[in-house]
Amino acid sequence: MDESRPIFLQIAELIENDIIAGGLAEEEQVPSTNEFAAFHRINPATAGKGVNLLVDDGVLYKKRGIGMFVASGARERLLHKRRDEFRTEFVQPLISEAAKLGLSRSQLIAMIRDDENSIRKDDRA
Amino acid sequence: MTAAVEVSGLTKRFGSTTAVNEATFTVEENTIHGLLGRNGAGKTTLMQLITGQDFATSGSIRIFGEHPVENSGVLRRVCFIKESQKYPDDFKPKHVFESAPWFFENWDAELAARLIEDFRLPVNRRIKKLSRGQTSAVGVIVGLASRAPLTFFDEPYLGLDAVARQIFYDRLLEDYAEHPRTIILSTHLIDEVSSLLEHVIVIDDGRIIIDQDSDSLRGSATTVVGTGTAVESFIAGHEVLHLDRIGGLASATIGQLTPAERAAATTAGLELTPVSLQQLIVRRTGLATELEKSA
Repeated sequence: MDESRPIFLQIAELIENDIIAGGLAEEEQVPSTNEFAAFHRINPATAGKGVNLLVDDGVLYKKRGIGMFVASGARERLLHKRRDEFRTEFVQPLISEAAKLGLSRSQLIAMIRDDENSIRKDDRA
Repeated sequence: MTAAVEVSGLTKRFGSTTAVNEATFTVEENTIHGLLGRNGAGKTTLMQLITGQDFATSGSIRIFGEHPVENSGVLRRVCFIKESQKYPDDFKPKHVFESAPWFFENWDAELAARLIEDFRLPVNRRIKKLSRGQTSAVGVIVGLASRAPLTFFDEPYLGLDAVARQIFYDRLLEDYAEHPRTIILSTHLIDEVSSLLEHVIVIDDGRIIIDQDSDSLRGSATTVVGTGTAVESFIAGHEVLHLDRIGGLASATIGQLTPAERAAATTAGLELTPVSLQQLIVRRTGLATELEKSA
């Protein structure tokens, strides 16, 4: 865990990442609060706060007496949310750093294309 | 929620020294609290007062709603593991574990046996002959296996190695999850325990200076790094916890920033780095001491 950010937010993000990556399928049961707490070595109340955040967001839902499950449509909604965040968290800092270094827009685009091509090549190899 | 501990205006003086100064706080039932602070800040005195082992100069203490001093009904439900617990001279660990159930009605002998194995504690050796770490392990085992509704650990791991400390943290979380109870952990190894804590109380020079949910404390400060002038104009109007300069650069630790302020900082060419709980407490306790001196 990153000690400088609220842990419950990190727990929520980890579960979100797992849903986006397909590790947790929709309608699948997620581990219990105590399981999360033991695995990440954190306070169970904190783990519970992270899980409840996702319940409030409609990503997870509670089945009484059984546990927490991934809501249907959760993955699509998370992808949508993350794509919005991608702009502010990655694209905007990228543009301002490029400007600071005196890179022109076309140089920046060329860089992205080059790297994209080499990554694709690696994937095929 | 009900309170396990309620302290109000608590003060303890030893001659001209004020060890605990007007402390007021509440510990909710079934939480893990951290009682943090520097050496000599008043942590141990505070716990001795709460557990009825010492008399307060003034102020009030309630444990599960009752006054603790000479109150066996309350003290039966309290376990206080001290940094340097004294045992009778010829006592062996097995004597401690055999007598513990007389004092703790929830004592779990099975858990104790498991912990003895985990810590590889020689139960038939005289406690006087045990290493510092092994003596600490005796205390840790009593603290966990007693399952007291209110358990205090005062620097419980003097001499315990990293492996043994991790066993302690893991067993504590595991057992707490199954048997919720109120645990107050006093330590200065903040980084190691911070993720176990739900709530943090920081005492400095006898005064409570932080009493906050640990997750809200995390991320409640940011360090801003950049050119001196940019940093200075950015931190104007913020509470500054710490300011460092080197050459033309400055680094300032300030309170929480809004998303708009973060964006403004990035535009101004400033770098933002988060502050860990331990760093934050170091900054806050350092600051309190500095202010004291200048006052």
